[in-house]
Amino acid sequence: MTSNPGRTGFVLLLLAILATLPLWMTSLYYVNIASQILFWAVFALGLNVLVGYGGLVSLGHAGLFGFSGYVAALLMVNGYSHAAALPAAIIGTLLMTAVFAALALRSTGISFLMITLALGQILWGIAYRWADVTRGDNGVNVAGRPSPFGIDLTEPRAFYVAVFITFILCLLSMLALVRSPYGASLRGTRDQPRRMRALGFNVWMIRFIAFLFSGFWTAVAGILFIYYNQFISPQVMALQTSAEALLMVISGGTATLAGPVVGAAIVVIMKNVVSAYVERWNMVLGIIFVLIISFMPEGLVPGTARLWRSMMGRRRAAKMPLGLKVAGEGSR
Amino acid sequence: MTVERRTILKAGLATAASVAMPTVLRAQAAPFRIGLLTVKTGPLAQGGIQMEQGLATFLKEKNNILAGRKVEVIVADTGGNPAGARTKAQEVVERDKVNIILGPLAAFELLALTDYVRQQQIPLISLAAAEDVTQRSTNPWVIRPSATSGQCSHVMGDYAAKEMKLKRVATICEDFAFGHEQVGAFLRVFEENGGKVVKKLWPPLNAPDFTPFIAQIGNVDGVFMGFAGSNPLKFLRAYADLGLKGQIPVTGGWTALDDALLKSFGDEAVGAMSATFYTSDHNTESNKRFVAAMAKDYDVIPGAYSAGMYIAGQCVEAAIAKLDGKTDDKQALMAALKGLSLTDTPRGAFSFDQNGNVVGDVFIRRCERQGGKLVNKTIKTYEKVSQFWTYDPAEFVKQPVYSRDYPPAKNLQ
Repeated sequence: MTSNPGRTGFVLLLLAILATLPLWMTSLYYVNIASQILFWAVFALGLNVLVGYGGLVSLGHAGLFGFSGYVAALLMVNGYSHAAALPAAIIGTLLMTAVFAALALRSTGISFLMITLALGQILWGIAYRWADVTRGDNGVNVAGRPSPFGIDLTEPRAFYVAVFITFILCLLSMLALVRSPYGASLRGTRDQPRRMRALGFNVWMIRFIAFLFSGFWTAVAGILFIYYNQFISPQVMALQTSAEALLMVISGGTATLAGPVVGAAIVVIMKNVVSAYVERWNMVLGIIFVLIISFMPEGLVPGTARLWRSMMGRRRAAKMPLGLKVAGEGSR
Repeated sequence: MTVERRTILKAGLATAASVAMPTVLRAQAAPFRIGLLTVKTGPLAQGGIQMEQGLATFLKEKNNILAGRKVEVIVADTGGNPAGARTKAQEVVERDKVNIILGPLAAFELLALTDYVRQQQIPLISLAAAEDVTQRSTNPWVIRPSATSGQCSHVMGDYAAKEMKLKRVATICEDFAFGHEQVGAFLRVFEENGGKVVKKLWPPLNAPDFTPFIAQIGNVDGVFMGFAGSNPLKFLRAYADLGLKGQIPVTGGWTALDDALLKSFGDEAVGAMSATFYTSDHNTESNKRFVAAMAKDYDVIPGAYSAGMYIAGQCVEAAIAKLDGKTDDKQALMAALKGLSLTDTPRGAFSFDQNGNVVGDVFIRRCERQGGKLVNKTIKTYEKVSQFWTYDPAEFVKQPVYSRDYPPAKNLQ
């Protein structure tokens, strides 16, 4: 992870634009869209821990996402305060994640994918069928958003700021994870699990912790989701949501910090903004994914970086005499 | 924004003119803006397209001018899911500043945005049937000129028991809220009039084949089916293939034998009975115009989805007329909508009850072949049917909402 001043500056500029968005964005509608992008990004970043850094592709995360939302929503509907419902939702989801992990981590690869898929569908089925508790297909309406420190989050701009702060915390935690020795060992279990085991690492425990970490941010995203929509129904736990989140991660670029964020932005903008202009927006989304997979199989963010580098490299090469170019290449 | 926004007015001169001289047009009179929440992608798209056709037909007939106000329609595709419906409602309200919302299609979509509509105080004319929006948690900003889920199957329950003299019935319906509510309403009225529901079958929404479910109906003398979308086609085909057509009569709710499905049915539908709030053979002037225009422009027989939106358009027009075009006061607009009592609509005369739900006629029809074509022939009209059927509204809403297990079926075998 070499620090590149140009790139750091670019990222800081983007974050500054996002941070000040409520100040310059006049249309509340687009503020709301930005909020959606950010909480989906939190979800995708959480999933990316498993998919990107752990090499474990999960199709059950919508179950956890919805579980967190349902716990919070049902507690609030039954008269509990926000302060009680939120920790309960996060702790509850962490316990559920532990169950998921204990069952799914018995395998990797396709079997892991199938087990998480099955577990997610079970949660969906419970939400759909246990109508006495979950109100089934009719869903749960949540009356209001909380007012932390006296700031009423009902106002879209205030809510955006809350989502943005959560998003930044999530991003920082990801950064810390990636740079920590634990992050290195997680990538180790992805690339060389047998060698890691031979070196004395507890591969299962490393993956288990990654699953919990992923589950934590999934739970947070689920809570943001119900506060945003003030409604939850079983649809959100369906396979489609899991697949969509996975698409965000893969299209943006797995095992990168910016990738899931870019992926979330693409999907949310396609679904909500482009669909107002293009009737066949599903097709446009499909074409975009096909293009990404064809030309940037590693994902949009790493792919763009690669193109940029090769373009810059070519320009530098044109300016430099032959011998120096080889030396320049070597020093990189 | 350089892209021209999609509206159904694009055929008219409005688009060309507003591109050429936008400021002039805007200065003349602010158009009344309608947000249509429909579904254009996914499994519900068929119904969503019919909704859009129904509204477009009405506006074309009126030349995009309702009671002297120019009208602009913003069409939004919810994708047929709750979160999408909510976001699209925000889009039409916050970005496009609509005066009124028409739609959405599905019950769970309406439930997802009912609180938002209440917060924003935007009048909404619903097609979706979710009972509680006009019952236990009545939303003062919603009117529903179509029907609740149970409104027509109450009637079917009455007719099945009293006129068809059915004694033992099996119900079959998709396993979601719209289905649960239809079956609950049918069961309640049917059993109170001496019938017995002996079997309740709930195939999942996307069941590929209904044969295994039909095989379970057992010893009955009638079937009630509440299917929606294209499932009635699959069901009746399988029913005929199993040799039950003509043996055990089929009754259905308002989506089960929708007139828009007739062109896709074959002989398997002949003899099936249905209860609905809209029938394309209804004898009002506006219905004749509507059916003719739909045949001319889209080559279809209109069903309840498109009629529902045509009627919604009529409600908008009548409310604007009542207010002399002054629609800026949202409270007044809502009050005007709720107080409407229309006579010449495709479904006949109707008004609204205190909860904003329609009180209007429900038709019992039998599917027949006339001159080579399938038609739903009206054989009985129940007049001024309320969502509460003949029950006392206050007592009615004290009971739980109709669900998979309510009212309890005591005669299951």
